[in-house]
Amino acid sequence: MPIKATLSPDGQELTIKVSGRFDFGAHQDFREAYERGGLTPQRFVVDLNDTDYIDSSALGMLLLLRDHAGGDAADIRIIHCNQNVRKVLSISNFEQLFSIE
Amino acid sequence: MAVHRPQGLVSDQQSSPLKVLIADDNPTDRMILGRLVARLGHQVFSAENGLEALVQFSAHQPDLVLLDALMPVMDGFEAARRMKLQSGENLIPIIFLTSLTETGALVKCLEAGGDDFLTKPYNPVILQAKIQAFNRMQDMHQTLQDQRDLLSQQHERLLREQELAKIIYDRVAHAGSLDADNVRYVQTAFAMFNGDILLAAYKPSGGMHILLGDFTGHGLSAAIGAMPLAEVFYSMTARGFNLRDILLEANNKLSRILPVGIFCCAVLIEVNPDKGLIEVWNGGLPEVLLLDRHGELLHRVPSTHLPLAVASAERFDPIPVVLPMAPGERLLCWTDGVIESRNQAGEEFGEERLAEFISRYEKHPQAIFDGLLEALEAFHGSPEDDISLLEVVMQPCKAPPATLLHEDVRHLDAQDWQLAYTFRAASIREHNPLPFLIKVLMEVPGLRSHAGRLFTILSELYSNALEHGLLQLDSSLKLDSRGFTRYYLERNRRLAALQDGWVRVVLDHRPDVAGGALTIEMEDSGEGFVEHNATKVHEGYAGRGLALVRALSEDLRFNVKGNKVTVVFVWQLGHTASS
Repeated sequence: MPIKATLSPDGQELTIKVSGRFDFGAHQDFREAYERGGLTPQRFVVDLNDTDYIDSSALGMLLLLRDHAGGDAADIRIIHCNQNVRKVLSISNFEQLFSIE
Repeated sequence: MAVHRPQGLVSDQQSSPLKVLIADDNPTDRMILGRLVARLGHQVFSAENGLEALVQFSAHQPDLVLLDALMPVMDGFEAARRMKLQSGENLIPIIFLTSLTETGALVKCLEAGGDDFLTKPYNPVILQAKIQAFNRMQDMHQTLQDQRDLLSQQHERLLREQELAKIIYDRVAHAGSLDADNVRYVQTAFAMFNGDILLAAYKPSGGMHILLGDFTGHGLSAAIGAMPLAEVFYSMTARGFNLRDILLEANNKLSRILPVGIFCCAVLIEVNPDKGLIEVWNGGLPEVLLLDRHGELLHRVPSTHLPLAVASAERFDPIPVVLPMAPGERLLCWTDGVIESRNQAGEEFGEERLAEFISRYEKHPQAIFDGLLEALEAFHGSPEDDISLLEVVMQPCKAPPATLLHEDVRHLDAQDWQLAYTFRAASIREHNPLPFLIKVLMEVPGLRSHAGRLFTILSELYSNALEHGLLQLDSSLKLDSRGFTRYYLERNRRLAALQDGWVRVVLDHRPDVAGGALTIEMEDSGEGFVEHNATKVHEGYAGRGLALVRALSEDLRFNVKGNKVTVVFVWQLGHTASS
């Protein structure tokens, strides 16, 4: 499973871990990861530690997550980006929308 | 033949009886089997040899064939082969009736197209089970075929629709003034719609706007956003709006229309050959490069903005970078497909290779475009992603066609008028009043063919009033290229903070027999500059702006204080603008 979601014990933070290629193929799983019924986390973490590659449709998915999490009020951290992933995120200036670590 | 209801056997679950063809040269065997099948509720046709079986097969189109292997005239193997040939895609199961036990003969049955065997003596339960099993298989086969046909029909329809949509898309996405001499471009498509968009249009005052964009993903969804974007770009450019206004509107409109997650990485460029300036806004595309006449790298414009349709209006920053650009200098721009294109080994072309490649053309930059194309093709063999490549060379632009604005030929007799507008700080901060003014002037039919000149005059006068009068910018900053950037950064900063001040425009038009005279008066609330800083007017870019106005008009005069300028533009019937 390339997408794995883990909820913190207090239910406040949802961590979504993406492995391999983060592209359109991950669309359904990524969406399900945060849309699963009953979850109301306050914060989101997208862990890209095991992500080799990210394309523009993945950027779209991140925007969908941001929208889901409250748009401008969303609290989303994108963590463990490798150099390539970071580059893609920064060309699109996503650091203006997400906290990228 | 009569159809018998089953007697003494487990009732068949299927409701409709099947047509079963039985071929056996032994009359007793044929009769026994015929009775069995009939008692299961099916319709039976009989044949004494292979040839007769074939005739029955064609005549009755049975659902199932029970075929003896060894028969006179034509044996079961040959008959089976021909039946299979005849039934084509349809599944008509053939069960060989046999007492054969050696494997070789059984293999022969299978090779001839047999689907199963039934050994004598016949067991009614096994017979029933086989008939049912094949009937189910037939149903499945039919369902599969129907669905396949439906799918392929719909797929074809979809393709036809996509082809039509592509024609429209191509007209919209690669249209406008792309055939201009100073623009070269290449676009390759991975999918039918590549999601890349390239637009170019002449501005009414001369110069061009160019847009290179890359929508998220591939295919139809990526192409949908192209339509509204092109519409905004063309209509606003034709009406004289600047890049900032176009970007604001494009971002607004796309944000409103596109679903979250679909957005457009884009570079917008304004080429201004009269002033030797270029404005570049980069939101999400790779660095735009500016090379000098000898191919040496002058500037990079990295992406510093969010792509279109991502940010809300408050967060969106539409301020472009302003750079000087001399004739012969060139600008290169591409979508990420160029950098991300991969070779057989999965290696990326990459930024380093690209930079190294560009430095190789230092003495002959005019060959860089073709060279890069060849290199990319040699690198990956065939295109992997959308590749869009754009080159813009600075050279004097041709005047836009005179018909660019307001083709409607409404006749207005009331041409003797004076109008005065005062734009106050809030309005100056948020809006560019020039399109509004030009629209007013275009109500005079005789002025329409002079739209380009008038636009240049008005925009020079307005910039002058705004930048020097209201914002108090010192144009001596613009003498070198670093100062240039500082000048425009400062301009934007001060404009955003503008709280007081006004610009008043008086337009006075008087017709005469031969044409008319338009007097434009532009006054600002600034301190003026002529008395204490008279020389500045004739230097640098500000001086060039006023020199341009002077060349285009009949008369240019400043008041003593230097905060009001009056220009007279005379037009004659039958004379159109030549510059």
